[in-house]
Amino acid sequence: MFEISDLNKRNQKKQKLFQILFMLMTLLLIAPVLIILGTLIYKGGSIISVDFLFTHPTDGMTAGGIFPALFGTVWLVAVALLVSVPIGVAAAIYLSEYAPDNWFTRIINLAIINLAGVPSIVHALFGVGAFVIFFKFGTSILAASLTLAIMTLPVVIVASRESLQAVPKAFREACWNMGATRWQTIRRVVLPNAVSGILTGVILEVSRTTGETAPIMFTGAAFFLPFLPQGVFDQTMALSLHLFVVSTQVPGVPEALPYGVALVLIAMVLIMNSISIAFRMYLRGKKKW
Amino acid sequence: MVVAAKTTEAVTQNTAQSLKLDVRNLSIHYSGIPALENVTLDVRENEIFGIIGPANAGKTSFLKALNRMDMFTSNMKVQGDIRFNGYDIYKSRNIYALRSRIGVVFPLPVGLPLTIYENVALAPRLSGIRNKAELDVIVERCLERAALWDEVKDRLDSLGSLLSGGQQQRLTIARALSQEPEVLMLDEFSIAVDPVTTMRIEDVLKELKSEMTIVLVTNLVQQARRLADRTAFFLEGRCVEIGDTEELFTGRTKEQSTQDYIEGKFG
Repeated sequence: MFEISDLNKRNQKKQKLFQILFMLMTLLLIAPVLIILGTLIYKGGSIISVDFLFTHPTDGMTAGGIFPALFGTVWLVAVALLVSVPIGVAAAIYLSEYAPDNWFTRIINLAIINLAGVPSIVHALFGVGAFVIFFKFGTSILAASLTLAIMTLPVVIVASRESLQAVPKAFREACWNMGATRWQTIRRVVLPNAVSGILTGVILEVSRTTGETAPIMFTGAAFFLPFLPQGVFDQTMALSLHLFVVSTQVPGVPEALPYGVALVLIAMVLIMNSISIAFRMYLRGKKKW
Repeated sequence: MVVAAKTTEAVTQNTAQSLKLDVRNLSIHYSGIPALENVTLDVRENEIFGIIGPANAGKTSFLKALNRMDMFTSNMKVQGDIRFNGYDIYKSRNIYALRSRIGVVFPLPVGLPLTIYENVALAPRLSGIRNKAELDVIVERCLERAALWDEVKDRLDSLGSLLSGGQQQRLTIARALSQEPEVLMLDEFSIAVDPVTTMRIEDVLKELKSEMTIVLVTNLVQQARRLADRTAFFLEGRCVEIGDTEELFTGRTKEQSTQDYIEGKFG
C-alpha cells in the first residue's frame, strides 16, 4: 500500500514547486532591505563617529555633526507619542470593549481607516492650518508633534484594537459572570494580555514618526538652527528633514554625509524595533493561554 | 412532593418562603428563532435541581437567562418573568449584584490568564477583600472543595490557563465557589473532567447543598439521578416534565418521552 503512485509523484512535485516559489518571493522581499543597509554602511559607515553624533553641523552644513537634528527628532517623537498613545489606546479600548455594534461605531471605524489613508502632505497642511495658525502654536515642536500624532493615531488605534480583540471573549464573559464590571474586567484580564500587541502598535508609530518629513516641514522643523530647542514652542531641526536638505539643497556636501545621516536614521528605527521586539517576547513569555 | 408545571402556581403559594428561583413563561429567541418556549418552573432553596435533555433542548439558554447573559449576545431575546429571591432580575438594574450571587460553570473550562491563586482570588477581590491572609484562606478552601488543592498547592503562582482541561474545569468550579454564591449553576461540567474526579466533585456538590442552591444541567442521566432532588426534562425548547427525581427514575413519569429519554431510547 505504500508504493508511490503517479498521483503521489505529481502532488509531491507540485508541492515542492510551490514551496520554492514562496521561498523565492520571501527572499525577493528582503533583498532591497539588505541592499539599502549594505549601501548605507558601505558609503556612510566611515563618517559615523561619536563626534558626528554629538556635534553641530559646520561650514554651511557641509561638515560637522548632526546632533541638533538627532536631538530634535527625539523631541518630536517623544511629544507625538505622549499625545497619541493615551488618546489612541483609550479610543481602542472604547471601540473594542464598550462600543455597541451600530452604525455610529461602524462610521467611526471607517473614519479611522480613512484617516490612515490620508497622504502625509495633507496632514502637513492640516497641521499648518490647525496648530500653527488657528491654535497659534507657531512653527514649533508642539505643532509638528501634534501633526505627527494625528497622522499616526490610526496605527495606534488599529493595532491596539486588534490586540484587545485577540483576547478571547470567554475570558471577559467569565469575569462578567462573576459580577465584574466592564472596567474591572478590562483592567484585570483584558489589558494585561493585550499590552504586547499595543506595544507593537506604538513601536510601528515610533518608526513611522521618526522617518516622516512632509508633516514636520511646514509645522516645526527647520532647515538649519544654530541652537538646540529649549521647549515645545521652539522650532527644531530633525533627522529626516536634515537628510533631505543635505542630499538636495546644499551644494558641496561630501558624499559620505547624506549616507551617514540616512544610516543614523535607519539605525534609530532598527534599534527601537529590536528593543520592542525583545520586550514583547519577554511579555509573551510571561502571559499565555 | 410532586411538582408538575401545571400545579406550580399552587405550590408557589405554599412554599414562597423557600423559593430561590421562580421562572414564569420564559421564552428565549436567537434572532427570532426560538430556543426555549414558555418554561415555568421554580427552584427551591438548598436543593439540587437537575435539568436533563438531549442537545438543542434549550438547557444552556435557560442557564444563560438566569445570569443575564443575554446581555453578552446581541441576538438573544428573553421574554417572561424570572425572580431571584423574589426580585425580578429583568427589571433590576444591578446585574452585578445578581451575577456575584450566582456562580456559573460551563462545559468548556475557562482558566483566566492569571495565576491559579489569582483565578480564585479574583471574585473576592472584586467584592473588596484586600487582606492577603483572608484571601489565602478563601483560595485554599475553594481549591480544596473543587478537588484541586492537592495538585496545585505547590504552584499557585503558575498560570491557570496552562493547567490541563480537567484541572481548568476544577479551577473554574473553585472560582465559582469563591464568589460564595447563593446559587451554583453547572452546565455539563463533567464533559472536561475524568470519571474519578467527576465522582469527587459530585460528592462535593452533595455537601454544598446545605449552603447553596444548585442547578445542574447534565447530559448524563445517571448523574441527575445520583444528585438531583428534583429533575426537569427539556426537549426541543420545551420543559416536558418536572418531577421528583426518584419518581422519574422509577418509572412514574407523566410523559412517555421522558420515560423514553431516561431509558436511553433516544438522546
